[in-house]
Amino acid sequence: MLAFALIVSLVGGSGCAPAERADLVLHNGPEPETIDPQILTGQADGRIASALFEGLTRFNPTNGSAMPGLASRWAISADGRTYTFVLRPGVCWSTGEPITADEVVWSWRRAVTPATAADYASQFFCVRNGRALVNGELRDPSLLGAEAVDAQTIRVHLENPTPFFLELVASRVFFPIPRHAVARWGDQWIRADPLPCSGPYQLERWRVNDRFRLRRNPRYWDAAQVTAERIDILSGDNPSTALNLFLKGEVDLISDRKIIPGELGPELAQRPEFHRFDYLGQDFIRFNTTRKPFHDARVRRAVAMALDRSRITTRITRLGERPSAAVTPAGTGGYQPPSGVSWDPAAARALLAEAGYPGGRGFPTVEYTFNVGSRLYEQTGVEIQSMLREHLGLRVELRPLEWKTYLAEMSALNYDFIRGSWVGDYDDPMTFLDCFLSDSGNNRTGWKDARYDRLLQRAAAEGDPDRRRGILREAERLLVEEAVPVTGLYSHVGLYAADPRKVGGIWPNRMDEHPFFSMRRIRP
Amino acid sequence: MNPDRSSPQRLAVHRFRKRRGAVVGLVFLLLATAISGVGPVILGVDPNQGGDSPFAPPDARHWMGTDIHGRDLLARVLVGTRISLMVGAVGAAVSLVIGVGWGLVSGWRGGRTDAWMMRLVDVLYALPTVVWVMLALTLFETRCVGWLSERWPASIPALRLGAMMISLGSVSWLTMARVVRAQVLSLRERPFILAAQSIGVSPSRLMLRHLLPNLAGVVIVYLTLTVPAVVLYESFLSFLGLGVRPPQASLGSLIADGASQLNPVRVRWWLLMFPAGLMALLLGALNGVGEGLRSAFEPRDGA
Amino acid sequence: MKSLWARVALIPVLVWAVATLSFFLLRAVPGGPFDRERAAASREVEAALKARYHWDEPLWRQYLRYLGNLLQGDLGPSLKYRNHSVNDLLVQTVPVSLSLGAMAFGVAMGLGIPLGTLAALGRHRWADQAAGLLTLVGVCIPVFVLGPFLILVLGLWLEWLPVALWGHWKNAVLPTLTLGLYFAARISRWMREGLQEVLKSPHVQAARAKGLSESRVILRHAVPVALLPVVSYTGPMLADLLTGSFVVENVFQIPGTGAFFINSFFSRDYTMMMGMVLFYSVLLQGLNLVSDLLLRWLDPRIRP
Repeated sequence: MLAFALIVSLVGGSGCAPAERADLVLHNGPEPETIDPQILTGQADGRIASALFEGLTRFNPTNGSAMPGLASRWAISADGRTYTFVLRPGVCWSTGEPITADEVVWSWRRAVTPATAADYASQFFCVRNGRALVNGELRDPSLLGAEAVDAQTIRVHLENPTPFFLELVASRVFFPIPRHAVARWGDQWIRADPLPCSGPYQLERWRVNDRFRLRRNPRYWDAAQVTAERIDILSGDNPSTALNLFLKGEVDLISDRKIIPGELGPELAQRPEFHRFDYLGQDFIRFNTTRKPFHDARVRRAVAMALDRSRITTRITRLGERPSAAVTPAGTGGYQPPSGVSWDPAAARALLAEAGYPGGRGFPTVEYTFNVGSRLYEQTGVEIQSMLREHLGLRVELRPLEWKTYLAEMSALNYDFIRGSWVGDYDDPMTFLDCFLSDSGNNRTGWKDARYDRLLQRAAAEGDPDRRRGILREAERLLVEEAVPVTGLYSHVGLYAADPRKVGGIWPNRMDEHPFFSMRRIRP
Repeated sequence: MNPDRSSPQRLAVHRFRKRRGAVVGLVFLLLATAISGVGPVILGVDPNQGGDSPFAPPDARHWMGTDIHGRDLLARVLVGTRISLMVGAVGAAVSLVIGVGWGLVSGWRGGRTDAWMMRLVDVLYALPTVVWVMLALTLFETRCVGWLSERWPASIPALRLGAMMISLGSVSWLTMARVVRAQVLSLRERPFILAAQSIGVSPSRLMLRHLLPNLAGVVIVYLTLTVPAVVLYESFLSFLGLGVRPPQASLGSLIADGASQLNPVRVRWWLLMFPAGLMALLLGALNGVGEGLRSAFEPRDGA
Repeated sequence: MKSLWARVALIPVLVWAVATLSFFLLRAVPGGPFDRERAAASREVEAALKARYHWDEPLWRQYLRYLGNLLQGDLGPSLKYRNHSVNDLLVQTVPVSLSLGAMAFGVAMGLGIPLGTLAALGRHRWADQAAGLLTLVGVCIPVFVLGPFLILVLGLWLEWLPVALWGHWKNAVLPTLTLGLYFAARISRWMREGLQEVLKSPHVQAARAKGLSESRVILRHAVPVALLPVVSYTGPMLADLLTGSFVVENVFQIPGTGAFFINSFFSRDYTMMMGMVLFYSVLLQGLNLVSDLLLRWLDPRIRP
């Protein structure tokens, strides 16, 4: 038996090659589902893709705004509906082939073709015919409002003036992809070996649940800025482990708040290696407006009023989150959301009595559903439960569900009220507000209001930024103060861990974008 | 005492009492059951009531400190112990009923029935138990709870707890079935059974009066192994966030909550030490009792 | 020997039964691999995605397709990791779990058998106590506490060993211990119980009567028989060890298969889940067979 065990262990012991330490080691969180920029949706996935590929624009590491990427310059028409990008001379894939305007347009057409199954194809809705192509109303992708004027120049026609379009172009689904690799490898082109890359790094090895090893891409147009020869990007989803590795110096950077132990957040935030910043994400509660008792807007408002959000942020999340009853985090795209219903237990009780439940009498037991995965969600639920009991005399049961069941029950409107959250795709309130359009797949409350839909339509067509923000504010007021199918809890705080004495070229920003081209190891 | 003159039961009791660990374990278990049953009432503290002093270390007011919501840990440990003991007992009972029934029928009928029933056990063995439990819980939650809540809304929390205990039991009966079957196979050929058969004792009576008493030894021994296994299993489910419903607590869920205290930054030791220590003691006691029972019922031992 | 061949022949049938059962059970669970937090860009995009994985076909067609591919040794594409096939994922991760499991098995046997033996002989008080302690640590403390505890003490405070990751032999020490202790505790118990019983049996009394030295009696006559219950327990145990432990691999960030048992259920990665179940069941059958062979070889009563 023993001998058998020894033999097996000797034979099988070659699990991985002993890793020689890379110049920079990052902890990236869960294993990416895919790193194909057109397909991916996860944040961890997106980080890998942005190390390997780049768009016409790229994110400025200090503030998350757009700056020149593969395109060295662009021009915007006076009505804000036509963008003309000019590619840098000589940009090419890491395998040597040039990146042409044709290839960029071809990539975009591929992204809007339903057969590609790009979940983020909705980012193309602002481009002319983008929505119709993604919805299958138009079949010919060449109808997309993007054309190659010559080998260097791409012209894009937008449906509406879109103030955040340059940031969109920097996002993953707009990355040009290598046409020749797709021709040869099809859907699985990302597994091509060698993989043609356009970003600061190229892929050397990908071991599932272990690490990505990346090598500097010498053909990257801005390669002079890239100083790390090799970087390792670790995959793993246990926050305590990530923290231990960081504290032992085996990891230089933890790039995701979700893999820093939430419970230690306040203690860690005191240390110079941990960086906190306002972040484009919001936690909220969805109410099921199709079911008793939350079909009554007064009941929803009463519950929203009885929640002392600061109790959640000071007791549970404790990372300096901003309590907020709105859906859009304050400051998104220079916009101030309405305050939402304010905390007022007395008014809440009155409202509840008006709805027919004085002192909570006759109110059925309701369930608060949340997903398991972070203790924070459970703890928030416990606080919500006790606040509603204290202030309104309601009986609330907690209902934790594992992730996919949670999603299925939410989509099927099989809940009373449920935890929700949203992370913005670009720095504009629209990315939060369009979730609650009547026909949006992200609505999931059963709430439909033509007034709200019309307001968002008007805002989209509005060219003047101030007026546009005003209309959006009116819409959000309807959403979170009047109808209240959803009520905010708090705005997210981002957190990353990097020792400023060891890692440079990374800054906190509200997009939580930390591009790889600027990131570097500081030598002692 | 001359063992030859005493009844098998008294002999078993005698052998059990010879083991110190078994007696100590039994006393401890009884005490823990009693305290966790009565304690919360005497203590008079609501285990789910939050307070204004979160993360208070143990002091005169909160003997075991408080958790993130300021809830009294002692009260939670007490009710948690109760739930854990219940989970262990019910889970083991379910595995007992299914396992003994299955093994009895399979071993007694023999032949083709036996072959089929045992192949099914093989198939179920090959399904990883975690998956099976999660599957059962998820199906219960989404397919049954809605239906039940229309009829008996008040009993949902109890039913959920019951569903968890039953699904834990329903993955723990396989080994029991095998053990019982093997025992029945060997008993079937014993003279006293053959004799009973030959004088025309009905099969059901034969099983109840002659087979079952002779199975008691193995069954009890195996049962004492199942209880700790089920209790540990529940703690693993809690680790995944799928254990008892918050704000309810079990020892397992308290430990799962406290496990994050094992970090180099800041240790709130009471959140882990109290529930984990109690769990270790409980399981240790169960082990001791199990070993005592094993030696008490061991057919070949000494007699 | 005939019955052995019959059992080998039965393995494919069993695999089929397991595949069928788990295929339909998994599909009964709510939520699917393509349910996401962010709704797909459009119905057409969603439909295209489902069509790619033949999700639009009736269930029986999907089932037959799965069986057909299975016959050719193809476990299908992973539904979550969209750039990997299940075969690909298994090939990458199985060696890691196999070697970790084998080492933990070595610890379990190497610690459990001698300790159980010494405890059974009852001459060494310390052995009895050590076995008791091992049981307490191994059986009564959940692995998700033991692992972080070892990391904290040996990895972070004393700084003797790495806290996580895989590759160097040093990385393997803590996870091997964490995983091995639990099984060592069980083995030492089986061994002790078994040996205590055997020492009283007529077979050993006879050997003593022949005037053999006590150590010879124990090593040559008692221990092999006492190993029987251990060996019959070994099959399922080894199968559990070799397919990897979710908690240990999660806590130590080890790229093995254990993570998939739980995670592929959570993400409804049906094909990966089935791959794991089938891998586990084949391994279990194979190891049960081996342990039966060993039993025949060890047990003088069955030995021809």
